[in-house]
Amino acid sequence: MQAPPMRLLAPQKNFIAAAELRTYFAGPIQAIGVHLAREQEQIMATKAAERPADTQAPEAVVVRFAGDSGDGMQLTGGQFTLSTALAGNDLATFPDFPAEIRAPQGTLFGVSAFQINFGSTQIETAGDAPDVLVAMNPAALKVNLAALKPGGLIIADSGEFGQRNLDKAKYDRNPLEDGSLVKWDLLAFDISALTLEAVKPFGLGNKEALRCKNMWTLGLALWMFDRDREPIIEWLRGKFRKAPELAEANIAALNAGHAYGETAEISGPLKKLHLPAVEAEPGLYRTITGAESVSLGLVAGAQLAELPLFFGGYPITPASAILHHLARLKEFGVTTFQAEDEIAAVCAAIGASYAGQLGVTSSSGPGIALKTEAMGLAIMTELPLVIVNSQRGGPSTGLPTKTEQSDLYQAVYGRNGDAPMPVVAARSPADAFECAIEACRLATQYMTPVMLLTDGYIANAAEPWKVPDPASYEPFPVTFLEEKNAGDDLLPYKRDEKGARPWIKAGTPGLMHRIGGIEKHVETGNIDYSPANHQAMTDLRKNKIEGIAVPDQDVVLGNQRGALAVVGWGSTFGPIHQAVRRARKAGLDVSHIHVRHIWPLPKNLGELLAGFDRVLMPEMNTGQFKTVLRDQFLVQAESLTKTSGQPFSIAEIEEAIAKYFDGILGNEGGTAPFDPGQLPEPLSGYDDGTYPPRDAGAAEPNTGSDTKAVNQ
Amino acid sequence: MNDMTPITTTLKDWETDQEVRWCPGCGDYAILKAVQRTLPQLGADPAKTVFVSGIGCSSRFPYYVESYGFHTIHGRAPAFATGIKLANPDLDVWLVTGDGDGLSIGGNHLMHVLRRNVNMQIMLFNNEIYGLTKGQFSPTSRIGTTSPSTPLGSIDRPANPCAFALGAGARFVARAYDISKELPDALKAAHAHQGAAFVEIFQNCIVYNKDVFEGFTDKKNAPQNQLWLTDGEPMLFGSEKSGGIKGIALDLDRLELKVVDVADGNWQDAGVLVHNAKNRTIAHLLIEMPFGPFPMALGVIYDDPAPTFESAVIEQNIAASAGKEASLAKLLAKGQTWTVDGTAQDPN
Repeated sequence: MQAPPMRLLAPQKNFIAAAELRTYFAGPIQAIGVHLAREQEQIMATKAAERPADTQAPEAVVVRFAGDSGDGMQLTGGQFTLSTALAGNDLATFPDFPAEIRAPQGTLFGVSAFQINFGSTQIETAGDAPDVLVAMNPAALKVNLAALKPGGLIIADSGEFGQRNLDKAKYDRNPLEDGSLVKWDLLAFDISALTLEAVKPFGLGNKEALRCKNMWTLGLALWMFDRDREPIIEWLRGKFRKAPELAEANIAALNAGHAYGETAEISGPLKKLHLPAVEAEPGLYRTITGAESVSLGLVAGAQLAELPLFFGGYPITPASAILHHLARLKEFGVTTFQAEDEIAAVCAAIGASYAGQLGVTSSSGPGIALKTEAMGLAIMTELPLVIVNSQRGGPSTGLPTKTEQSDLYQAVYGRNGDAPMPVVAARSPADAFECAIEACRLATQYMTPVMLLTDGYIANAAEPWKVPDPASYEPFPVTFLEEKNAGDDLLPYKRDEKGARPWIKAGTPGLMHRIGGIEKHVETGNIDYSPANHQAMTDLRKNKIEGIAVPDQDVVLGNQRGALAVVGWGSTFGPIHQAVRRARKAGLDVSHIHVRHIWPLPKNLGELLAGFDRVLMPEMNTGQFKTVLRDQFLVQAESLTKTSGQPFSIAEIEEAIAKYFDGILGNEGGTAPFDPGQLPEPLSGYDDGTYPPRDAGAAEPNTGSDTKAVNQ
Repeated sequence: MNDMTPITTTLKDWETDQEVRWCPGCGDYAILKAVQRTLPQLGADPAKTVFVSGIGCSSRFPYYVESYGFHTIHGRAPAFATGIKLANPDLDVWLVTGDGDGLSIGGNHLMHVLRRNVNMQIMLFNNEIYGLTKGQFSPTSRIGTTSPSTPLGSIDRPANPCAFALGAGARFVARAYDISKELPDALKAAHAHQGAAFVEIFQNCIVYNKDVFEGFTDKKNAPQNQLWLTDGEPMLFGSEKSGGIKGIALDLDRLELKVVDVADGNWQDAGVLVHNAKNRTIAHLLIEMPFGPFPMALGVIYDDPAPTFESAVIEQNIAASAGKEASLAKLLAKGQTWTVDGTAQDPN
């Protein structure tokens, strides 16, 4: 049942010496040798990179667990993530699951996957191509195989490769037996049977017993990466507190998987691999997902503003998790309200702000669209409000469980009338904490709604987080107006030096006034339709938002001027950062700029971008932020776009960068150095098992005629 | 309404400096005066009072009441009001909506504010027409209403606002009309009710739907066309002068209401029902009585309080917080954590 391992070349010393796992690689090792040599040359030639390349390449491993949506792959991944974090490795994860809760078993569209990239160096993406693919059934193998690196390891449950499941996965023949997997190492054994055997003493029914398969698999994975089983066992005991026999059965499965690894090592391609802990700042760490991070950031933001937090939400993927987290934090002065719809959720939040709490709502694209009119009212009445948009693939219902950045126009421009609103974008799960605080600060200090953009990737992905000290954040306590602000008169729209009107809590004695969505007089707030007044109010609203003090834009990596700036925003941070780092190691004069303040933009951004010959903007949309920057700065930015519902791979961005350096010594032809660890994302198939034509792939740099329209 | 120290005010104290901009003769003027007359009688505090409205003629109301006022967006006033009450339950919230705002675009929110039982007074001004957009038929317009959008007459079956409210779970339903002298009493009862109190106010739109309620509001025929309900009192209407005293009785064979004649004041023998405002079944029947064969049921039709939403939310918040330390530092470090040397620890 086991295909012969394919080893075309022996491992070489200069190639990731410590990463034994790489012995599974087939062809590309020589190419890497060339890459490294050329890297050295280039650094000497251009002196563009800040430090010499490591001859010991970063050690990292990418593992993808894939199975049926009922197989518990997200749970397996989550626990493996925890064990990885406890082992001190840096990590990034990418849960990728179907929109259906329980899609028909064994089908291609019912495949749920969890990818984790971990290592002893800085990890910023979930990894391009897995080194190890765990496939719990034929459909999981079929959907994920294309992503696997050549020479990577497949661990498959042969017990699930019966005719019925093969048919469902549209396999004519059993891929475990027909030799079609020779490019990879294959380890196929009957996990189902082994699990049943392991849990036999606990007397579970067949169905329940098979549910322990994921723990068996996790046990094997824990052995492979030299992990402690104890925290997982503790977790299982806690999870099944009310059903100890289930806990023990799962633990038995976990132990059996682990034991299997030890025995299989003797003869198979399975190798135990220990990745040393990453060097990190001393301190306390935890793993955090974007949804948790946003929730904690909102709680922190409300505390820094010294306000109770009111959260109005309505269930929507992938934003609901924020509602779930906050619902458990009532002791922090949090009130959560699950409203009858998205509109009521935002309206209740505005109502709460009107009554003196910090109103927050959250949703994803379609829900944000419903909230739009209410956001206009918050802009008109100048009340604080934070709107979190966990973006997903669109338009319409689109891809509820997949990621995209295509709501930027909606955030910046998507309202009736001239309705400016600050927009802040988080770059990673951990960064979402800082961004949520920033959104609370802007909302309360400038009396305005603020949109915080995250996306499905950030919401669901986990990364290690150095637990911050709340005392290290500058508080921004809110001052409510308590008495009349113009002698004997109250002027609800009299502005401070920032252009913000006073916040008057409904219920304050003596300060009764009326507000609403109709245009108001510049000072009294009374209805005033007059031409001069509307002109003045439009200008005041615009100037207030444009005048917001936004920190100057920095360069994350690279020089302040140069040949190429790769400008990103949001969750593309990881792949852009890694791609730029690699390109700089290869001697290319490229810098990474990552924008948090989407609106208003940092004041120095135009000047900064002008210092680069070319500007490349990778975005998971059709070029929305590019359009904004072109408009605001007349910069000839070019797009690298991707809308497959999947994050960018590092290689895609590397490839795009390389094209700008055609003809430069060592980069003739303008192609990225071949790196087997970072393959361009393979062609992914449709749900029905077919594939699009090769040339219709994603991530083509959009350098067509429209890029020449500006500033040439 | 809420427990609060009564404040002494006069009608004038509740008037703003804003020019009232409804059409001359609009029923809204009468409602505004009735409200401004009622508030001092309630001992209401302008600083603790909030008028929240949606969009439409009725929703301009907050601009004319010297209290806190929030003129929101079309149909959504109940959601804003819910947020206000959750953030500060001490505020006395009056919600102003209309038949288009409350039953068409905002039907969903109206349903949910009623079912949740958020403590507030909800005044739905029903003029059976879209006034502010120049006269289109509304969800309460009768079949055959000709309007700019229905030149051949409307086809939709109209909604009955009180039936909607009761169906949504309202614990208080009252009915009155703009110029009725009993309107303040209905408002006072609504205010006294702890929970969402729904008051349908028939309102005459003199421009687009003039005198559409004249059938029962016409003073001359009011006694035989209006059934004013009082808790504990028999359901009597009519006058000796025209047609005699009548009452509402229950036809037990058909399980429906019927009109009976009352001779010599002996309503008991005629089987006339005594109004019990806590009887939800009778409330349904009264609300559904078709005008014509029956008088229009007015006054407090149903009043049976239940715990309010905001009190339950606050109770749960308090219970959930009890004995828990709100330490942000501890919250951030919650769950399984590790130090850089890889030691697992759990601070909790």
